[in-house]
Amino acid sequence: MSCQQTHELIHGYLDGELALVKSIEIEQHLAGCPSCSQMHKSVRGLSAVMRSDALRFQPPADFEKRLRSTLRGESKHERKPALLQWPWLLAATLCGAILIVGLSLAGMFTRQSPDDLLAQEVVSSHVRSLMADHLTDVPSSDQHTVKPWFDGKLDFSPPVKDLTQQGFTLTGGRLDYIGNRPVAALVYLRRQHPINLFVWPSTAAPVMNEKALERQGYNLIRWAHGGMTYWAVSDLNLAELQQFAQLLQQQNPAQVLR
Amino acid sequence: MGGELSEQTRAGRFEEIALPHLAAAYNLARWLVHNDQDAEDVVQESFMRAFKSFKGYYGGNSRAWLLTIVRNTCYTWLQKNRGVHAIQSIDDNNLDELGLDFADPEVLLLQSVDAQIVRGALSELPVEFREVVVLREMEGFSYKEIADVIDLPLGTVMSRLARGRKRLHALLAQRMGKGASVELSANT
Repeated sequence: MSCQQTHELIHGYLDGELALVKSIEIEQHLAGCPSCSQMHKSVRGLSAVMRSDALRFQPPADFEKRLRSTLRGESKHERKPALLQWPWLLAATLCGAILIVGLSLAGMFTRQSPDDLLAQEVVSSHVRSLMADHLTDVPSSDQHTVKPWFDGKLDFSPPVKDLTQQGFTLTGGRLDYIGNRPVAALVYLRRQHPINLFVWPSTAAPVMNEKALERQGYNLIRWAHGGMTYWAVSDLNLAELQQFAQLLQQQNPAQVLR
Repeated sequence: MGGELSEQTRAGRFEEIALPHLAAAYNLARWLVHNDQDAEDVVQESFMRAFKSFKGYYGGNSRAWLLTIVRNTCYTWLQKNRGVHAIQSIDDNNLDELGLDFADPEVLLLQSVDAQIVRGALSELPVEFREVVVLREMEGFSYKEIADVIDLPLGTVMSRLARGRKRLHALLAQRMGKGASVELSANT
């Protein structure tokens, strides 16, 4: 690697944004080039200074409190203008009613239960996470990294289990949105097959007896316990996905809904 | 599964997701608009905007989502209050016109540089550089996150950060009265 290239890439290198091979090339160059090595120290030194708290501006102590009360005022006011414009409200209500009737009629004809719709959403989320190459927001195989990551992002704390020993490697977690609510998606890998495990708090006592499902070539298993609903989805074969579900339940005494 | 979130739940959920990023939001705004009261106003407006668009937020990186809104609100504010000249369109390929270069680390002795001097130098950086430096160095954003916030390609983020740091070095060297010793050649 030349000095010119090193100068261009040193920032990516220091920021941990370079591929490993490039990083190694840079390290080799730095070891043998006093001038670039000095520049490296200089850039690193500046970064260290910039990270000191002395340079940060802190919001005033009561700012958060004031902001909260402004936000609450805003959320109360937000609906009022809509209510005052009653013709619009009426039109919207009518549209809504027509939509609901339409949807229920469509539902009757296609015989889609809420669980079918949910299964469809789960599969769509799974597919989307693979297509967009966005499996994880927090890539980590450590349950103690993944679990706290959800703090402050969700209104519940999903149980995160490490099943590496059993051949299901935890690779991270991500926020997803299913059934009109944000949910935790935990990502495991079985050989090269990604498994999405969606977790959210159950809103009602599970009464449906649900077997493992198949949708668009993906296997799904659903169960519930400890106030949480779980959906596991993968292109993995059913037997292994069932093993995965059972392992999770062995660690958490629970019942697969069958 | 519940239906539409009630207004109160929505407000509560928004607070849970947005308020943890208040310090980062304020820091960025304060660095971009240069003044305590203006920063407060901009952050407050940003949170309002964020709350209104919250229905369109379906999970993902909440910090980058919120700071994108803060950053855009800052730019609107700058354009309104500082005139269009505040935002010069920067030709990213033509930034080395000043011939600035890295300062000698032994001259700068950066670890012991007075924070006040660094603050001054950073304030002088053009806003396009200042924002990437603040996001990267102070908030620890990845290049991808910065690219999302400023809505530009990764390559541009990388070059702006490199050039921003370079200018900062030069400004620091000047401020410390050691401008003459900024002699580290780029192509040796």
